[in-house]
Amino acid sequence: MLRDITLGQYYQTDSVIHRLDPRVKLAATVLFIISLFVFDGIAGYVVAAVFLAIVIRLSRVPFRFMVKGMKAIIFLLLITVLFNLFLTPGEPLVSLWRLTITREGVRLAVFLAIRLCFLIIGSSVMTLTTTPNQLTDGMERLLRPLRRIRVPVHEVAMMMSIALRFIPILMEETDKIMKAQMARCADFESGNVIKKAKSLVPLLVPLFISAFRRANDLAMAMEARCYRGGDNRTKMKPLHYARRDYIAYAFVIGYLAAGIAAGRLLAVFL
Amino acid sequence: MPIILDKVNHVYGADTAMAVHALKDVSLVIPDGQFIGLIGHTGSGKSTLVQHLNGLMRATSGNIYFNGEDIDAGDFDKRKLRSKVGLVFQYPEHQLFETDVFTDVCFGPKNLGLDKKEVQLRAYEALKLVGLEDDYFYQSPFDLSGGQKRRVAIAGVLAMKPEVLILDEPTAGLDPRGRDEILGQIARLKQETGITVILVSHSMDDVAKYVDRIIVMNQGSVLFDDVPRAVFGHYAELEQIGLAAPQVTYIMKELRDNGYDVSDDVTTIDEAKEALLRYLRGKGRKR
Repeated sequence: MLRDITLGQYYQTDSVIHRLDPRVKLAATVLFIISLFVFDGIAGYVVAAVFLAIVIRLSRVPFRFMVKGMKAIIFLLLITVLFNLFLTPGEPLVSLWRLTITREGVRLAVFLAIRLCFLIIGSSVMTLTTTPNQLTDGMERLLRPLRRIRVPVHEVAMMMSIALRFIPILMEETDKIMKAQMARCADFESGNVIKKAKSLVPLLVPLFISAFRRANDLAMAMEARCYRGGDNRTKMKPLHYARRDYIAYAFVIGYLAAGIAAGRLLAVFL
Repeated sequence: MPIILDKVNHVYGADTAMAVHALKDVSLVIPDGQFIGLIGHTGSGKSTLVQHLNGLMRATSGNIYFNGEDIDAGDFDKRKLRSKVGLVFQYPEHQLFETDVFTDVCFGPKNLGLDKKEVQLRAYEALKLVGLEDDYFYQSPFDLSGGQKRRVAIAGVLAMKPEVLILDEPTAGLDPRGRDEILGQIARLKQETGITVILVSHSMDDVAKYVDRIIVMNQGSVLFDDVPRAVFGHYAELEQIGLAAPQVTYIMKELRDNGYDVSDDVTTIDEAKEALLRYLRGKGRKR
């Protein structure tokens, strides 16, 4: 299960999307997510789907990898869809025992499902095409103005990059410990909920210990190299916008305009 | 219980751009009671191979038979296999989790569904086999030294009474003394119980002293599979793949090249001593 989460998993390849400035990708992702909630109607989602398809195509990351991230949230998705389906008041369509499906419920459930799917795929595109380091660099730059109001932007960015870096490490570690315990005939699969939860102890205790050990080692290594936070710290690879980044910005704005226009047009025609 | 591997292949990430062919047509027969050294450079596929032997990994193609039964068959009991083929991972002390040493060692046999008495008996025997003193039994495993922790972890696997014991780099990260202790302990264990032992290592010096068969892996294939003496005879090829014969073999070769008529197919310090004594005695007689 753990291995299926794609967030924070970089897919190594060379593409236009990979080469974009991380700030562009961050901003585009945020705008894309906002757009998903602003668009209210099928037309907007068609535009979003087309936009997403183009970006995925350009990124050269196999589509399977984006869908992998979805597996982890399928349960969440199911719950939200079911709740919306049954609990939205409105014009009843079908009645099953004490549950009624309404027209508004169907609409809401479908839109929510689309939104969540696109949201996960959209952010997966970003994390699959951007290394965690680039990502936090970009975030640090974008949030720099907040330093004026004493937000520790650099520290937050550093914490994020460390957290992201640790995801694959800890996943690998989990895999290793799991195998080691399975070699001692541990059973992680059968039994009821309580038994299953109990069976995780031999996995979680070593995992936590190893996480603390690694954190300790990392802190020492950083201090040994005189790390002391973000003041006056320079970058080895400062971020610069290139031509393709401006084009990408234009493309994203074009997408937003198209999405809004499509929604309006459909409203006019209907 | 012999293990037979028939053309086993394993490919990591088979359908991605980063596919790695980790095992290529590996065919081996591992009979009962052998002491085997599995040697290879980092990334040669040795860890992947041993994880196939107890069914933790599934071969992409090829078959593995344990005691004549195909371990990938649907009705094969993998948990039973894992109790028969005990695998001690690299840095096994990282898997310890219980509040005291004894309970931790009980984890394996308890999972086999044995009754409490039997579980405790096995745990006690296993801890004795790895030579841990009784004083440590009720201490937290996290308070022990590195070498002791490792022995506890090995006991954790031994307590299941495996017929085959596989140790993946059991000496990694230990100081020379800890290394000798662990290896000596394993050799003694082998003698006392007569089980099959497979020692995975990248150090020839570690294994040469103990094993009666060496399997050399290179880039996923078996390069050599023979008695130590014969394998170290290929020292030139071994060097090419980043391995080496034991240091004492080199010394004897140098001696021979410099005109001393000593036998150069020795692999351990004891053998070298014998060879040198033989040579010196022979010379004495000639005079």
